[in-house]
Amino acid sequence: MKPLRMTALAALAAASLNTAQASDITVGMITTLSGGGAGLGVDVRDGFQLALDMAGAQGIKLVVEDDAQRPELAVQIAERMIQSERADILTGIIWSNLAMAVVPSTVAQDIFYLSPNAGPSALAGANCHPNYFNVAWQNDMLHEGAGAYANELGYQNAFIMAPNYPAGTDALNGFKRYFTGNLAGELFTQVGQTDYAAEIAQIRASGADSIFIFLPGGMGISFMRQYEQSGLDLPIVSAAFTFSQDILPAVGSAALGVFNASQWSPDLDNAANVEFVAAFREAYGRTPSLYASQGFDTANLILSAAAKADVKDRDAFRAALREADFTSVRGDFAWAPNQHPIQKVYIREVVEVDGEITNRIVGVAFEEHRDVHGENCNM
Amino acid sequence: MTLALVLEQLLNGVQFGLMLFLMSAGLTLVFGVMGLINLAHGSLYMIGAFLCAAVAGASGNFWLGLMAGIAAAAAAGALIEMVVIRRLYARDHLDQVLATFALILILSEGVRMVFGPFPLYLNVPSALRGTVSLGIVDYSLYRLALIGFGLAVALGLWALISKTRLGIRIRAGESDREMIAALGVNIRALYTIVFALGAGLAGLAGALVGAIQSVQVGMGEPVLILAFVVIVIGGIGSIRGAMVGALLVGVIDTMGRFLLPRFFATFMDTSQAMGVGAALASMLIYLLMALVLIFRPKGLFPAHG
Repeated sequence: MKPLRMTALAALAAASLNTAQASDITVGMITTLSGGGAGLGVDVRDGFQLALDMAGAQGIKLVVEDDAQRPELAVQIAERMIQSERADILTGIIWSNLAMAVVPSTVAQDIFYLSPNAGPSALAGANCHPNYFNVAWQNDMLHEGAGAYANELGYQNAFIMAPNYPAGTDALNGFKRYFTGNLAGELFTQVGQTDYAAEIAQIRASGADSIFIFLPGGMGISFMRQYEQSGLDLPIVSAAFTFSQDILPAVGSAALGVFNASQWSPDLDNAANVEFVAAFREAYGRTPSLYASQGFDTANLILSAAAKADVKDRDAFRAALREADFTSVRGDFAWAPNQHPIQKVYIREVVEVDGEITNRIVGVAFEEHRDVHGENCNM
Repeated sequence: MTLALVLEQLLNGVQFGLMLFLMSAGLTLVFGVMGLINLAHGSLYMIGAFLCAAVAGASGNFWLGLMAGIAAAAAAGALIEMVVIRRLYARDHLDQVLATFALILILSEGVRMVFGPFPLYLNVPSALRGTVSLGIVDYSLYRLALIGFGLAVALGLWALISKTRLGIRIRAGESDREMIAALGVNIRALYTIVFALGAGLAGLAGALVGAIQSVQVGMGEPVLILAFVVIVIGGIGSIRGAMVGALLVGVIDTMGRFLLPRFFATFMDTSQAMGVGAALASMLIYLLMALVLIFRPKGLFPAHG
């Protein structure tokens, strides 16, 4: 696939006049810009770019390439970005199986990896690394929120389902860690699956009183469209991925009323977020998804560290990253010792506002939540 | 496990198989008549779905969208045949694969430039929403309609090929390309028509399936792989083979996804059984293909004896 290349080299001419920026940084973004997961990657990229534009950032060179959701391609791109682009920081990967393929070898080469999305449990636990920071969440976190909220809603017998890849396993484990009811059934589907008739039939036959799903991107659209036509009407509880702004317009009214757990929501009321949502709508003409917010935060984290240290001095830059001296659009943000966030997990409901299907916050699942895998991290 | 569940899964398998048939029929026709491997067949499926979604969205009428989807895919097929494919008949299969793979990239990028990277909304027509009772099981009316569509198209295709003059030419083209050209049949026009016909069928499948799946760039490639499995199992070039192969793949895939995890759960821990079952179920149709190739290397219904 011909790589899509975007270089944001801000104001070359002015660079010599401005000495506020401590360093020149090359950021390599490997993300999914084609296929069923394209919406997620596009939002991460656009959120990231928006943060650079809003800060008027100079001296940051952003190189974006499409991984087409293929691990082997992502590995090749990472090598190229490190070897020929001389990237100091890699970021952008959406899918946990791609992150597992790229991150360990990247951080071992003394390159920073800042994850704007994928947070596989292995990288939060035994394989944690000083050069690996996850700005979004560890995979289990939001699903744990969904499990806790399912208890609150009084569900007794849930049918749970996720794709068969690292994030899918993390999702089901996260949900089960907090859900106290019974499981009417548990299913793994294929990554990128488009037909869920066989699964819906099993849900129908299982006698479940509720459904938990983790189906990001196009998978969620397909499931919800088919679920709507199946005549089944069980309540669905989920994490933000399956009911995010990138797919809600395509799912339509079928998603209304679904509760989903998220660390961020477009209606989150803090000054940074209000400004971000307005600027994103202005720049791209659509409402941002949580992926966009994560891209935006990742860029701001890099900017905050770049103001304090030279990226070539890895130890100093790492220390600056650990300070997390930036204003996250999700509100309070702090690192756990495994360099994954400690954060509030909200419950959102899918609603229609002024003709647009979107999310609004209706509750809180956890106040200061951190992942369980950090215990296995010896750093 | 009840009878109702098994029946529902069988219907799901048949419905999936019939949609695969719409895809594979075009693919196998093009290969049978012109000896061409067309990897871009999935892109025509995508074009059908996108045009259907766009027109249905603008007009509010699904059927209008469906017509537009079929027409656009057929027109794109005819155009592609005249501009690109025509130059490839005399080349070997590797050149054809290269050129049609390039077409996938161009068409995917083109669709993304026109419609953007986010999936489109396409809803089921209001007349076909909800479920219908089939005695022991309530089944989605739209999926039942898809079964009806698939059977009607299969019947129409059979009539076209066995009863009409065009059908005679197609069959003649399958058995001896040079000879029918020598007999004065306009072979170039025939090729364009067959290609457009296959493209239209792919567009029809894309538009029909788009209403219950995600209308997104690249949606055709997974289906294309399955369609190739179908025509290899059925015998390349044979419409009857495509039908049997599609139903086999549809039913075996669906039943595998349904039964294998249950089978492993009888002697394994549930989570583990689900993982192993799902992994094995995704391999099942390829195992079937390998088996068929061992015993019938030319497929179940070889087109050229």
